[in-house]
Amino acid sequence: MIRLFLLNFFFILSFSKLFALIEVDITRGNLDPLPIAVSPLHVDIKSEETKNLKTKELGAKISEIIENNFKNTGLFNPLKKDAFVQKPDIAHLKPRFEDWRLIKAQALVTGKLLITGGKLKVEFRLWDLAAAQEMTALAFTTTPSNWRRVAHIISDKIYERLTGEEGYFDTRIIYVSETGPKNQRVKKLAIMDQDGENTKYLTLGNELVLTPRFNPTSQMVTYMSYFRNMPRVYLLDIETGTQEIVGNFPGMTFAPRFSPDGKKIIMSFAKDGNSDIYTMNLDTRVVERITDHSSIDTSPSFSPDGKFIAFNSDRSGLQQIYVMRSDGSNVKRITFGKGIYGTPVWSPRGDLIAFTKMHKGKFYIGVMRIDGTGERLLTENYYQEAPSWSPNGRVLVFYRETKAGDKGKGFSAKLWSIDITGYNERRLLTKTDASDPSWSSLLSK
Amino acid sequence: MTLNTNLKNILLVVFTTLILSACSTAKKSGIIEGDVYTGSETVEYLAAGVPDRVFFATNKSSLTTASRATLRKQATFLRKNKNLNVVIEGHADERGTREYNLALGERRANAARDYLMTYGISGKRISVISYGKEKPVNPKSSPVAWSQNRRSVTVKVN
Repeated sequence: MIRLFLLNFFFILSFSKLFALIEVDITRGNLDPLPIAVSPLHVDIKSEETKNLKTKELGAKISEIIENNFKNTGLFNPLKKDAFVQKPDIAHLKPRFEDWRLIKAQALVTGKLLITGGKLKVEFRLWDLAAAQEMTALAFTTTPSNWRRVAHIISDKIYERLTGEEGYFDTRIIYVSETGPKNQRVKKLAIMDQDGENTKYLTLGNELVLTPRFNPTSQMVTYMSYFRNMPRVYLLDIETGTQEIVGNFPGMTFAPRFSPDGKKIIMSFAKDGNSDIYTMNLDTRVVERITDHSSIDTSPSFSPDGKFIAFNSDRSGLQQIYVMRSDGSNVKRITFGKGIYGTPVWSPRGDLIAFTKMHKGKFYIGVMRIDGTGERLLTENYYQEAPSWSPNGRVLVFYRETKAGDKGKGFSAKLWSIDITGYNERRLLTKTDASDPSWSSLLSK
Repeated sequence: MTLNTNLKNILLVVFTTLILSACSTAKKSGIIEGDVYTGSETVEYLAAGVPDRVFFATNKSSLTTASRATLRKQATFLRKNKNLNVVIEGHADERGTREYNLALGERRANAARDYLMTYGISGKRISVISYGKEKPVNPKSSPVAWSQNRRSVTVKVN
C-alpha cells in the first residue's frame, strides 16, 4: 500500500581529500553546537512545475528540513538566513569564504535542484569555511515526491562527514497513537518520519494494539494485537499492508522483537500463569523455546551479533535484567542496583543496554554496559519507559505519561528523545498522544 | 530527676495518643490493607452476594484470605450454574512497564482460575485474558486507584 521505499536513488558521491578541519565532538552533547549556514538550494529556472509541489519554493523548503534536523541533534546551530551574504546559485559555485566567516559560520551547505522529465535532480556541497575548501559533495536523482527524503539524505551525509558517525535522519518511527479518555483509550499503529512529518495510520483502532517494532533489515513490523480478543503477536508488511499472526500458540504471545538479521521473532508466550521466551524463524516457521522457568521472562532483545539475549525476569522476586546466550544457556543477572529494572534493549552498536528503572516512585531511562556495570541514568520522571535506539546508537526515543487526576483528567502520553550523553532531551511532536515508539534503520542504506 | 521522669511520662502519653489517633484515622479510610484494596467501590456482582473481582498487592499474584472467600463464592455460584462459562480478566496498575504488566495480569488471572479449579470448577469453563495496565477501572493516578486496578475480574461469557 505504502510504496515509499521502492525508490531509485542514484548516487554520485565525491569526497574531497580527507584532511578537513572541522569536526563535531558528539560526546559532549549540546555544550558547543557548531554554527552552520544552510543556504536555500538554488532552483534551476528550467525546472518543470509538478503536481502538488511549488517547485520555486522547493529549494528553501529542503534547506529548512536540513536546518531542523541539525537543530534537533543539539550538535549544530543553524544560522538565520537573513544574515546570509551570497545568493544560493553563486555560493554553490564557490562561496566567498571570508564573507561567510563574518557571520560566524564554520560550515556552509549549498545546493541546487532541477526538475526535468519528471525527475528531481539535486546536488549539494558542504564547505569548511575556515579551511576554505569543499568537504563533500553529492548529486542524485529521484522522483519529485521524494523531496522530503532528499532533505533527510543530505542531512545524513553532512552529519556523517562532520561527526564521523552514521546519520539517522532518513528514518521513520512507528508508534501507538492514543486518543480518547484514559480508561477507554483507542490505540492505532501509526508511522511518521523521524521529524514528525508524513504521519500515517496502519490500523483503524477497532482492537487494542501494542509494542510495534521494526525489522532492522526491512520494512516489516511486529506488534501485539487483541484482534478477536486473542492477544497475539502479529507480523505486518507496511509496504503491502498484509499481516499475519506469528506462530500457533494456545495462549497470549507478547513482547515481540526481531533478531538482528530480521529472520526470527523473539517474544514471550504466557501459559497457565507463566511467561517464557520463544523464537520463531519466519522462513522455516520453526518455534524454539529459549527459557523454561516458573518466573515471568519477558521483554527479550538480541545483541546486534545475534549471540546473546537480554531479557526481563522476576526469578529473583522482582523485575531485573538478565543476559543469556541466544540458545538460552548461561543466564546471568546483570542488574543489582537499587530499584527494579525492565525493558532491556541492546544498542545497535553492541556496547550498551538501555533500560527502564523504577525506584521510590520515579521512573528512569538509562544505559549500562552489557555486563551491568557503568549504569548511567539519563532522565527521571513520573512515568516513562520503552526506550528504542536510533540506528546509529546515539539517541533514545521513549514515551512518557503524566499523572492523572480524578476521572483521568490531565493524563497524556508523549514521545521524547534524549542523547545517550544525557543532553538534548526533546519532545517528538505527534498528531495524537503516543506511546511504544520504535525507530527504523536508515531507509536508504 | 523526678521532673525528668514526669516529663518522660507526659511525652509517652502524648506519643501514645498520637499513635492511637493515627490508627483510628487509618481505620476509618481503611480500604487498603497491606497494599491490597478491600473496599467495594468498583466491585460488581455475578449474582446477589457473589462479587466479580479480587484484588492484589503491588507486583504480587498471591490470593488474600478475602480473595479466597470471594472466589469460593464464585465457585459455589458456578457449581449451581453448570452451563455458565467465564473468562477471568487479569489486570495490573499503571506503575510498571507494559510488557511485564501483561505477564503479571496473566499470572493474576491464572491464580484466580487455579483456585476455582481446586473448588471443583472445570478448567474448560474458565478462560483467561490479560490486559496488563491497558484497562484501568479507575483512571486516577493515586494509590487507591492503583489498588482498585490490580485485580482479576470474572466475567460471564454466555
